Amino acid sequence: MNANQGAFTLGPLEAGPACCVPQPVVQVKNLSLQYDGKMALDNVTLDIYKGCITALIGPSGCGKTSFLSAINRLTDLIPGCGVSGQILVNNRDIHHASSQVQVLRRQIGMVFQKPTPFPLSIRRNIALPLNEHGITQKAEVAAVTEQVLRDVGLWDEVHDRLDVSALSLSGGQQQRLCIARALALKPEILLMDEPCSALDPIASGVVEDLISRLQGRYTIVIVTHNLAQARRIANYAAFFWVREHAGQLVEFGRCQHIFESPSHELTAAYVNGSRG
Amino acid sequence: MHIDHLLAGILRAGAAVAALVMLLILFFLLYESWPVLTELSVFRFVTDTSWHPLERAYNLMPMLSGTLLASMGALMLAVPLGMASALFIVFFAPTHLATLYGRLIELLAGIPSVVFGFWGLTTLVPLINEWHPPGASLLAGILVLTLMILPMITLTAYTALAAVPEELFRNAAALGLSRWGMISGVALPAARTGITAGIILAAARALGETMAVLMVAGNVVQYPESIFDPIRTLAANIALEMAYAMGDHRAVLFVSGLLLMLLVMALSAVAGLLEKHHHA
Repeated sequence: MNANQGAFTLGPLEAGPACCVPQPVVQVKNLSLQYDGKMALDNVTLDIYKGCITALIGPSGCGKTSFLSAINRLTDLIPGCGVSGQILVNNRDIHHASSQVQVLRRQIGMVFQKPTPFPLSIRRNIALPLNEHGITQKAEVAAVTEQVLRDVGLWDEVHDRLDVSALSLSGGQQQRLCIARALALKPEILLMDEPCSALDPIASGVVEDLISRLQGRYTIVIVTHNLAQARRIANYAAFFWVREHAGQLVEFGRCQHIFESPSHELTAAYVNGSRG
Repeated sequence: MHIDHLLAGILRAGAAVAALVMLLILFFLLYESWPVLTELSVFRFVTDTSWHPLERAYNLMPMLSGTLLASMGALMLAVPLGMASALFIVFFAPTHLATLYGRLIELLAGIPSVVFGFWGLTTLVPLINEWHPPGASLLAGILVLTLMILPMITLTAYTALAAVPEELFRNAAALGLSRWGMISGVALPAARTGITAGIILAAARALGETMAVLMVAGNVVQYPESIFDPIRTLAANIALEMAYAMGDHRAVLFVSGLLLMLLVMALSAVAGLLEKHHHA
């Protein structure tokens, strides 16, 4: 992890190295996932490349969100959920006894479909996870808060009212606050589960721009139903499909390849809009 | 639509009746206590030598302090216990145990106050008497009140905590928060309004509780010097003397009723202010 720190520290976004290299950060091997014995995700093997945006596309119920939740072990919270297979993050097995889930989740941030700021002040929303991870010095917390709010373009909008409730922000602002809250922990990987789908078109555009600016500085895995969006922002795309009620990975490749010359006919049908 | 108008009318009428009853009670209390409020100086309720209504001495302060001490003591015990119980049910207990425990607390809430008083009188008071006579005391009142308001605090806190949206916990977990971090940082602040409302309700109940306290607290009109001294509360005083009170004495009892009502109103006003202050 130390070797990566230079490339992944926070700073003005423009100054970050815009790199997307085919070097796997997350390696998913033969991942299967069951809910109460029912297969939801069947034998998925996939590499997530460093600094790149990988879009997970496919119809509803094909296991994209389950796949995402397995990477930061949020599946642990779901009763009756069984995970098999192996997930390596920086070559470390996340299910190994020596892996601490809290450390893993600090390394891997997550943004959900519905903007869910905590019912606390804007300032406290960012301070809470920082404090929890041992960053308690006021000056440091304030510096990180300003930095991440600048990173998501929220600073100019809220810097004079950091102590009002985060729930008073608009939907798009709330979602950017949630992204800022995840960035505050300096994660290496960001998981995003349809981060724009609950937002109006303008707010959605703002968040989408933000995500593409994060490319290179964070490794991003994004679930989206918006194919045009996936095409605009992603470097890689993974196409999932449902077979016998279980999600499967049909095809994975460079975004251009998936959208313009897919090798699988299901993929072609889906991206052309004739299936799904 | 027609049905909407009808529904709105019914709801409005219901709300009006509720408000009217409240106002009527206030009016009734004022009407009955008016003779002494106008003829005697209000200061006599504070400055009179003591409570000797037959000799026209109407000091309400010892009983006011008895009421406040018993209620505050009960809150100091019941709030931490109730919060711990609610947190246990929502976050720590296995499902079947949580259900069982919840049922038990509901059962506790349904026990009539006179039964608590009866138990206090026959079991608790003799126990305290062995430890430190006389037994019938502020402490006995506090303990019985604690048992009575504990389920109220537990159940309201439980309901408020259980209503915290699941997404908040998922978000908190995704940020690597520990279980205690989620509870203290997210769940308790999110449930704060409901928890506060429950505590206010419990405090109001403790202030006004009559029978159980009357049965165990000894009912001596005095400022207690320790928790083992007997006390008399305002509510107990009304119940004890209403049957034979006449004239000014009777009117002063209505004044103590008015005082209790004002206490409860002040309590909810304070709660409202706290809420506003927090949101500002």
